[in-house]
Amino acid sequence: MSRIADFIGKNARQNVLDALQRAADNDQYHAILNLTKERALERADLVDKGEITGRLAGVPFVVKDNFLAFGAPTTAASKMLEHFDAPLQATAVEKLEAEGAICIGKANLDAFAHGGSTENSAFGPTKNAIDINRVAGGSSGGSAVVTALDIVPFALGSDTGGSIREPASFNGVVGIKPTYGTVSRYGVVAMASSTDVIGCFTTNVADSELVLDILAGLDRKDMTTLVDFFVPEKTTKPNQKIGLIKEFMSHDVDEDVRARTNEYAEKLRAAGHTVEEVSIPIVLHTLAMYYIIVPAELSSNLARYDGVRYGHRAEGVTSLAELYGKSRDEGFVTENKRRIMIGSYVLSSGFFDAYYLQAQKARTLLINELNTLFETFDVLMGPTVPTPAFKLGENTADPIKMYLADIMTVPASLAGIPAISVPAGLSESGLPIGVQLMAARRNDAQLLSLARSMETT
Amino acid sequence: MTQISRDDVVHLAQLSSLALSDEEIQAMQTDIGNILEYVNQLSDLDTTGVEPTYQVTDLDNVWRADIVDDYGVNRDSLLALAPDSKDGQIKVPKVL
Repeated sequence: MSRIADFIGKNARQNVLDALQRAADNDQYHAILNLTKERALERADLVDKGEITGRLAGVPFVVKDNFLAFGAPTTAASKMLEHFDAPLQATAVEKLEAEGAICIGKANLDAFAHGGSTENSAFGPTKNAIDINRVAGGSSGGSAVVTALDIVPFALGSDTGGSIREPASFNGVVGIKPTYGTVSRYGVVAMASSTDVIGCFTTNVADSELVLDILAGLDRKDMTTLVDFFVPEKTTKPNQKIGLIKEFMSHDVDEDVRARTNEYAEKLRAAGHTVEEVSIPIVLHTLAMYYIIVPAELSSNLARYDGVRYGHRAEGVTSLAELYGKSRDEGFVTENKRRIMIGSYVLSSGFFDAYYLQAQKARTLLINELNTLFETFDVLMGPTVPTPAFKLGENTADPIKMYLADIMTVPASLAGIPAISVPAGLSESGLPIGVQLMAARRNDAQLLSLARSMETT
Repeated sequence: MTQISRDDVVHLAQLSSLALSDEEIQAMQTDIGNILEYVNQLSDLDTTGVEPTYQVTDLDNVWRADIVDDYGVNRDSLLALAPDSKDGQIKVPKVL
């Protein structure tokens, strides 16, 4: 697969034209909603004239279509924002452009990033890069697939509960969700503010380090951002102590997934690290916390889509309640509505203490448990997802079955810690399997360094 | 499964400003019941004396100067996003 370096120092216009051609050749995967051809070629010509320079000069990339970016509408894969032309660009996009990178298109996702398969896109699902009858994973499915198909060497995604790591695992690419607050979310369609994180997909870890190095840093337009602490770490700390999470290696987990994870653990041992099993019983409750806290937050964040100021407005309404109600019913997909209503339920008086407050207290228990473990362990690991990519339509009838794909990725989201999914081989039937590595807050650089060192072992 | 009544679903839809069809209400009644059944497992956890976590930034108050900043986005470009506008204002259907 291609690397960012393959595009550096080349003719930028040719880089862009080639990427656009690969996008067209792979149209059947439905990974891209809209190309930004005109703007991409304009920028490429400026790079070729030397008017735009930087560490990513002339390198094509794709953004998940919940990042505000010029050149095509920002739809969040929804009817609500189908015709929304962003009046500004996300800080993450601006930072990449400032280094000369060229956005060639907007990737498909589950509408408003609600989902784990990209089947909730209002414009149809993205297909898995390895098996076109299977899901891409989600919600950043399009971004994972364009990277896996080598259309571009990297793509931006957002991860609220696994939306970068799960599709990375399903398509055999690297997906990083950094520490909460590492990258500005200004100009990204908000989902759940206490866990939304920006990250990227690449074909190798070193490219993730490069992209994250560019993206990281304080942004006064996002008050939750941290002062830049991310500096790629060349030297991997030797003799690391790694905990293999026992609860994620039970017999419910696919046999091939467990086998590839154990092999990865063996490789870590062979590289001089210690891997021992660790039991964290509370991780099995994390999905329940997640599906209270996240719907609560997103029900509030999605209240802004009211059909008045921007986005879809229903026709022929006769009352204010109807204007709101019909615009929202037509603009959202079923999963959006389900989550908004769950959020309304857990926040309503009478249920608040039993659901929302209890979940936030349980979240404290999870964080305390992880903090204690990180006093002993450098890294915690396990599979990224309990199974390889499932078939299109296999889980759409049962929301709980769909949610269970997130069970291994949600702990890092609720705790705000960095987590990366790296390719760890294939299943018997040839489907990619990912392993997830997690570290304490702000230990992103060491985490990536370890992951990179394992690529060559 | 946790029972949630049709009236509860209709009330939730109102709270959420969603004008659902009858079929949608019926499907939501099943799905929301199942999801609540699943998340009810949290009542098994003893959280006596535990403080809730609302955010994980490890930041305290973040202050900025009280100066107006349009972040480089002007009024006209925002107004252009409205479904309908007139004389520099967003136009809405007559609903009263």
